[in-house]
Amino acid sequence: MRLNLSSFTLFLHLSLLGLVLLTAGCGGGERADQLVIRMATTTSTANSGLLDHLLPEFQKDTGIRVEYLAMGTGRAIKHGRNGEVDVILVHAPPAEEKFVQDGFGVKRIPVMWNDFIILGPPDDPASISGSRDAAAALARISESRKPFISRGDDSGTHKKEKRLWELAGINPAGEWYVEAGQGMGACLAMANDKLAYVLTDRGTYLSMLEKLDLAVVFEGDSALMNPYAIIAVNPKRYPDVKYKEVQRLIEWFTSQRAKSLITDFRVNGEQLFHLFDE
Amino acid sequence: MGFLLQSLCDAIQLILRLDHELLGALSTTLRVSISSTAIASAIALPLGFLMALREFPGKRIVLGFLRTALALPTVVVGLFVYAFITRHGPLGNMQLLFTQTAIVIGQVLLIIPLITALVHSALQEGVRVVYEEATLLGASPFEASWKVLVEARLAVVTALMTGFGRVVSEVGVSLLLGGNIRGLTRTITTAITLETSQGSFSVAFALGVILLSLVLLVNLVIQATSSRSEAV
Repeated sequence: MRLNLSSFTLFLHLSLLGLVLLTAGCGGGERADQLVIRMATTTSTANSGLLDHLLPEFQKDTGIRVEYLAMGTGRAIKHGRNGEVDVILVHAPPAEEKFVQDGFGVKRIPVMWNDFIILGPPDDPASISGSRDAAAALARISESRKPFISRGDDSGTHKKEKRLWELAGINPAGEWYVEAGQGMGACLAMANDKLAYVLTDRGTYLSMLEKLDLAVVFEGDSALMNPYAIIAVNPKRYPDVKYKEVQRLIEWFTSQRAKSLITDFRVNGEQLFHLFDE
Repeated sequence: MGFLLQSLCDAIQLILRLDHELLGALSTTLRVSISSTAIASAIALPLGFLMALREFPGKRIVLGFLRTALALPTVVVGLFVYAFITRHGPLGNMQLLFTQTAIVIGQVLLIIPLITALVHSALQEGVRVVYEEATLLGASPFEASWKVLVEARLAVVTALMTGFGRVVSEVGVSLLLGGNIRGLTRTITTAITLETSQGSFSVAFALGVILLSLVLLVNLVIQATSSRSEAV
């Protein structure tokens, strides 16, 4: 009986293994005759749903499928530097320029922008809502020593935040300055729980609106603008990247068709991404 | 391959330089894990001991429950505790979420069943003989219990160390309840998660080496105890 049982489980395992191999094989076959490019991008473009709004249309127009990996901008650029992806769509202009200068990217093509906002408790205990600009708003938070959640993960949002502290001439440190080392969603949840201030992109905020008790306490400064650019990984550095297909993607992204798709995109009824010539 | 070797070399250098961030994560990990193992032991040791000594109705069910809880997923424990201590939760006003205390609470719940089950199965056979012998010789229940624990010290140390090994290497509870806050709740495992996601492999490797050494040390302690008690 014991023997029967174990041979039965062995059979079960073997057939499972077979099934897995079969599906893997099928998947591989399907891919081979289809053009696929890999893109590293930020969580904001992916989590907001923008890419799922755009990329199927691109595939319809050109037959090229784009597989995207969503992560912080710092890591997305690193994947580009390692030649692990064909193209990046990110939001950190200085890091992007360095990426191109170092010969890893071909050219930085601006695509669209959205903006950052500062969320905080609705009663705004550090009274930052009347501040002159974003740097002044952060300065008030630091003076009040009310808790502020920082991404602390070298993402595009974190780079922007560090830049704003620099502008304010403050080196944030202390118990009020919480370096979370996590993604935007996790940081918003943390800020919500601690009733803290936090810098976020508007898209993530809108997608979590219903779960948050926090309010938009500061917005509208031009320093909070968040420009996105698309950059092809340099085929001179990595000859096996799909440069030709990426060029079609970039052409498409700057076409009138893509532009109207971008401006039509709404989250909770709000337009999330804007064009530069809008 | 060169990339991997380079990262490993950088990692060793970081460790030798006693990098500040590494030490911070190590000390947070040790403080949290030792606290949770100590608290969980204080509850689970007597529990396992009583379960081995006494018969009671429903014991089989409790044992079955304990064995299931051995495979308790860390994220589920994390989620459960999170729901209780979040600002809107029943214990929200204690402001425990994203503190070291929160991690300790989660880890204690995680390893109480583990330690209880291990202590129970280790004591199962000899416990009643030793205990009754001691009481016959005039020992108080407390003295008799102590005698059992001394007799079974190998099993007890193994149980505690297994619990410690589990909390030191878990990431679900620490990340969900601690929030990976730098200098406060960033443990070795959550730091590895962060560094890997930023592509800083050298730092992640260095942390990995430290964590492995820690687990190795724990196992050496278990082995040393076992060989000594064999000698006796």
